[in-house]
Amino acid sequence: MFYMLLRHRDIENLNQIDTFLKEDGFEGFKKALKMDTTDVTNEVKEAGLRGRGGAGFPAGVKWSFMDNNNWPHYVVANADESEPGTFKDREIMESNPFQFLEGLAIASYAVGANAAYIYLRGEFWEVAHFLDEKIEEMEKAGFLGDNIQGTDYSLNIYTHLGAGAYICGEETALLESMEGKRGQPRVRPPFPPSQGLYDKPTVVNNVETLTSVPYIINKGADGYRKFGTEKSPGTKIFSLSGNVNKPGNYELPLGSTFRELIFEHGGGIPDGKSIKAIMPAGASSSMVVANDEALDTQLTYEDVPNVGGDLGSASVIVVDDSISLDWLINKTMDFFHHESCGKCTPCREGSYWMKKLTERIHSGEGTEEDVALLKDVATQVRGKTLCALGEFSTMAVVTSIERFPEDFAK
Amino acid sequence: MSLAEKYPQEIEKILAKYPPEHKRSAVMALLYMAMREEGYITKADKADIANMLDMTTTEISAIIGFYTLYHDEKAGQYRLQVCTDIGCALRGADQYLAELSEKLNVKPGETTADGLVTLEEVKCLAACDKAPMFQVQSGKGIKYHEEMTVDATLELIEELRKDAKEAK
Amino acid sequence: MTKEVTLTIDGKEVSVPAGSLVVDAAKKAGIDIPVFCYHPKMEPVGMCRQCLVEIGRPAFDRATGEAVLEEDGSPKINWGWKLETSCTNPVSDGMVVKTQSEKAVKGQNDMLEFQLTSHPLDCPVCDKGGECLLQDLTLAHGSAESRFSFDEKRHAEKKVALSDDIWLDRERCIQCGRCVRFQSEVVGEAVLGFEERGSHTQIMTTSDPGFDSNFSGNTTDICPVGALTTAQFRFGARPWEMEATASICGECPVGCNTVLNTRRDVKSGGKIVVKRVMPRQNEAVNETWLCDKGRFANHNTDNRLLAPSTEWTDAIASAAQKLSAADEPVFVVDGSLSNEDLYNIKSLADEVGAKALCYSEAGGGALTTKSASYGKSGAGDAILVIGGNLYAEAPIFWLRAKQAVERGAKLIVATEAETRLDAFATTVVRDLKKGLEVAEEIFAKAENTVVLYSGDDALAQFCAALNPTSLIGVWEDANTQGAWEMGYEAVSDLSALKGKTVYVAGKSSLVAAALESAEFTVIQASEEANLVVGQTVSIMETSESVCVMLPSRTIAESDGTFTSAERRVQRFFSAVLPMGDSLPGYVITAQIAEKMGVTLDIDAEDIFSAFSDLSYADLANISVEESLLIGGTCYENEQGLGVMLPAKA
Ligand SMILES: Cc1cc2nc3c(=O)[nH]c(=O)nc-3n(C[C@H](O)[C@H](O)[C@H](O)COP(=O)(O)O)c2cc1C
Ligand code: SF4
Ligand code: FES
Repeated sequence: MFYMLLRHRDIENLNQIDTFLKEDGFEGFKKALKMDTTDVTNEVKEAGLRGRGGAGFPAGVKWSFMDNNNWPHYVVANADESEPGTFKDREIMESNPFQFLEGLAIASYAVGANAAYIYLRGEFWEVAHFLDEKIEEMEKAGFLGDNIQGTDYSLNIYTHLGAGAYICGEETALLESMEGKRGQPRVRPPFPPSQGLYDKPTVVNNVETLTSVPYIINKGADGYRKFGTEKSPGTKIFSLSGNVNKPGNYELPLGSTFRELIFEHGGGIPDGKSIKAIMPAGASSSMVVANDEALDTQLTYEDVPNVGGDLGSASVIVVDDSISLDWLINKTMDFFHHESCGKCTPCREGSYWMKKLTERIHSGEGTEEDVALLKDVATQVRGKTLCALGEFSTMAVVTSIERFPEDFAK
Repeated sequence: MSLAEKYPQEIEKILAKYPPEHKRSAVMALLYMAMREEGYITKADKADIANMLDMTTTEISAIIGFYTLYHDEKAGQYRLQVCTDIGCALRGADQYLAELSEKLNVKPGETTADGLVTLEEVKCLAACDKAPMFQVQSGKGIKYHEEMTVDATLELIEELRKDAKEAK
Repeated sequence: MTKEVTLTIDGKEVSVPAGSLVVDAAKKAGIDIPVFCYHPKMEPVGMCRQCLVEIGRPAFDRATGEAVLEEDGSPKINWGWKLETSCTNPVSDGMVVKTQSEKAVKGQNDMLEFQLTSHPLDCPVCDKGGECLLQDLTLAHGSAESRFSFDEKRHAEKKVALSDDIWLDRERCIQCGRCVRFQSEVVGEAVLGFEERGSHTQIMTTSDPGFDSNFSGNTTDICPVGALTTAQFRFGARPWEMEATASICGECPVGCNTVLNTRRDVKSGGKIVVKRVMPRQNEAVNETWLCDKGRFANHNTDNRLLAPSTEWTDAIASAAQKLSAADEPVFVVDGSLSNEDLYNIKSLADEVGAKALCYSEAGGGALTTKSASYGKSGAGDAILVIGGNLYAEAPIFWLRAKQAVERGAKLIVATEAETRLDAFATTVVRDLKKGLEVAEEIFAKAENTVVLYSGDDALAQFCAALNPTSLIGVWEDANTQGAWEMGYEAVSDLSALKGKTVYVAGKSSLVAAALESAEFTVIQASEEANLVVGQTVSIMETSESVCVMLPSRTIAESDGTFTSAERRVQRFFSAVLPMGDSLPGYVITAQIAEKMGVTLDIDAEDIFSAFSDLSYADLANISVEESLLIGGTCYENEQGLGVMLPAKA
């Protein structure tokens, strides 16, 4: 298996700076420092690297949106990783931290930021302290601080811990939280590249997105495009969980199929059960019917929608045939009700209402009308919330009722 | 003693991360600092932090209330926070929590009689492949414990109990 | 001039300044889009989602930048699949907005249904009933039946005292955040916040003391529902039962425009009383705000002088006789009187060659009559606030100083004690002299300069020496400025009244002082003076030999005008019936004058025209007012914005 991101699986002690330096560490950053900043951005643009945080927005394009009439600029690494089913960024930060930091440094250089922050979910308390050490080592090695590698470019990287709120993964809520406020999303536009942290132009990128950058600079856009498909180039880490024999992170080229991921790598379904449904993007996903068509669908941004889902952050949750989906959507609603920030009405009230309905339905007290009402309330939330969390909360609910009616006909 | 008096250097280091006109950004880190002492944020801490950052105590409380990892009420010395979200639940976390709860003789949300452990149920901790799992939150910080069994958990609690006794 | 943008809303073409929000543009076209969280005085946050509409924007060809046209030549409009919030979207040329399409109305009704799921719907016992945005919307569009199970409604505390003045009903709160944002954004005192999150979100304060702000009452106006109410008005009346009369606040010299809401009241023996004081919009003075001092002022005092001790005619004759007999009678007033009262007294004093004094602890009145316009200071301007405590003395002036700083003005605060203005000041000095020095330096580089001072004549002289564009005295009373404009002489020491025959008109404290010093006192007062000199019962027992007491009316009972400290002349109207046998002050004076052979007007409007170049009609001008009243309770100004006196050379 080829590793571009999870290189520590091949190389022992990659999280030690000496090892990392021996393994071409910081070569991408050094190369970038000799390039024009716009060329760095263009290389990433051409590589077609899409955001790994969920929305899949092209990273280079985002960097090019930075408002150059408003300074300073900031880069913020999104290490909030709170989507149920996602656990890839943590592995990167723990085991291949320097590649991530290198990517962050390249991004900062490209957009002219002299300060970059890593926003980690509060639960990653130990990871944050570990990264603090790594940042210090990197500074000592001359890759951070003033006049990096003899250039006139200066950069400092800081960690910033959240404190338990899924919504802080949403980029504007994350920025609010960084500013010392309640982590509630802002109205967009303005988007962060025009007004972000402290109202200054800011790039927010996911950890995995940034970790992909050094490879792109090292091998060029063409080198990167050797993996993946035309519209979804590169490799991607799939966090595989749920009813599979071997849950865990798998780095595969985009374009691999669900079947490969779940059965080849994940070792199939345990206890002789069969696969029933797939949530391809964590708790926010639609419930995809795990038929042959779905299993043979390529894991790309463009293909997963064909079977009624989204690639999102590629946290694939496998559901076997012993699970009744009324139980599952009660779990997702429990999550979204708990995590709704409360700022906007449809999400605050809708998540509470849906939670009450899924509880009733799961407990067996629900009627047919309750199921219809649940679907109606979910539909009513859609398209009206301030941020995507409200939207997310309805996905599993609506698609489970639509695609697995038998689970609700009790 | 106030936090400002107790940890002047560390506070300075935290504040240095942010532009001086945005020192409010330091509130998250300072709230963690406050929890070091008693495991929860006291009224005096709130006033202290508000004072340092030119905020009101109401603003501080509003932040504490928003985030689940800040506590302004006393609980057990260790908060044992078991993930029962989808990923973990599909791998038996609910049963694990039920068993643990029975062995410890506390329901989620309750604290053991000796005040050592508060058992809590939490949302996804980004360790879905390592269920059952939990994190232990205390004044000292947060630590993950993955691929756990009830027995291993009880052993861990014994160790925590020993540590607590030694600390006294 | 800002650029105008033309768009179409519900088929109507509207032109509004670029940068306007769709919701405000609609308002201008006479279309009310329902809102909860949006308030024109605060940054839009788009959180209640009530104002959802369909917004279409003209399509442009990416390559050429040209507008794309439909087959019939009309511009092609792009419509997104989502509804958008009209409170956060700025207008753009060629935009098409549908607020009444099936989709938009469904979206708005969906939001309403969400709001109502856990709302208690206790309108029949809610103070806001009748002026509640949620109630209005529910009546217009709410569904008769709830799809939400009644048993699953969230319950919360219904009686939370946030302070002595403000109550919170947590069940009624719709989490719109207006109150929180008002306190942090507008006032800069972030003493309200949200606790928890999601469906547990609730308003709270953990400040100590709780809702400690001189502006707290405003949150009850802007709360779109009955979650925040005042202790004073709680269960006091239903809004629709009350009359509304325009008035001017008499508590300080800012001159905030108010409305007195009145109703016949059983508790007050069936009398018509003032049930509450509400703001009336005047963008140049108080915008849509009132401070708590003005809002919670007591207009229904019982300590009233109800009748003269003898028949009115005898009392008037006796007063005239005493004044005529006196060698050198003295006329002394304070700034609580209206211009009309002041003018008749001054005229009588002038006729009999007597001194007309106005009691004021602050000095320098004569220096302030040239130009005292505070205006809307901003970038390039500088303000000096010196002496006193603006936050307590003239809260809305304080607010305007804060806003001026936000617009870029420099602010120097020079006070001996810490004040709540310090936090917003460019420079703070704890020494007045030093403050004058600093101001001199900063003023040298500023465009418009304003001095707000509280202090004696000496301080006023120093301030005047700075040669500011405007010199404003922060007087104790609402109309002290009016007295200076009329040429009253300032007096801060009443020992000069010793042994004299004095005509005193004003607050009971002034009357009490006169009673103690003067040989004989003609008292024109609306309050019962003996309550203040309560201990000196002997004076009251022999009162007829030392005084005649003539009951006059309160502001709430009279017509007239006040001149604010920044020289804005504004009109107030009588809102309640006079108590007892009281008469308007200017009538009392005219009647005494008549007995002394001097003819004075007895009609407020005539008196006003006699001393002013202006007429009441001038004060009734409302043309410049933009109607901003979206959501919340505040009265539109239909009675006039008053007139700023022109700067004198
Ligand atoms: C409710 C919500 C939660 C999110 N959580 C995360 C997260 O934990 N990590 C992340 O990288 N992006 C998360 N996102 C996406 C971010 O808003 C943002 O799109 C992303 O960080 C951009 O980085 P990328 O372009 O590199 O993917 C979340 C979005 C929403 C609406
Ligand atoms: S109390 Fe009123 S103004 Fe404040 S959030 Fe609730 S509804 Fe809005
Ligand atoms: S979202 Fe527009 S008024 Fe609340």
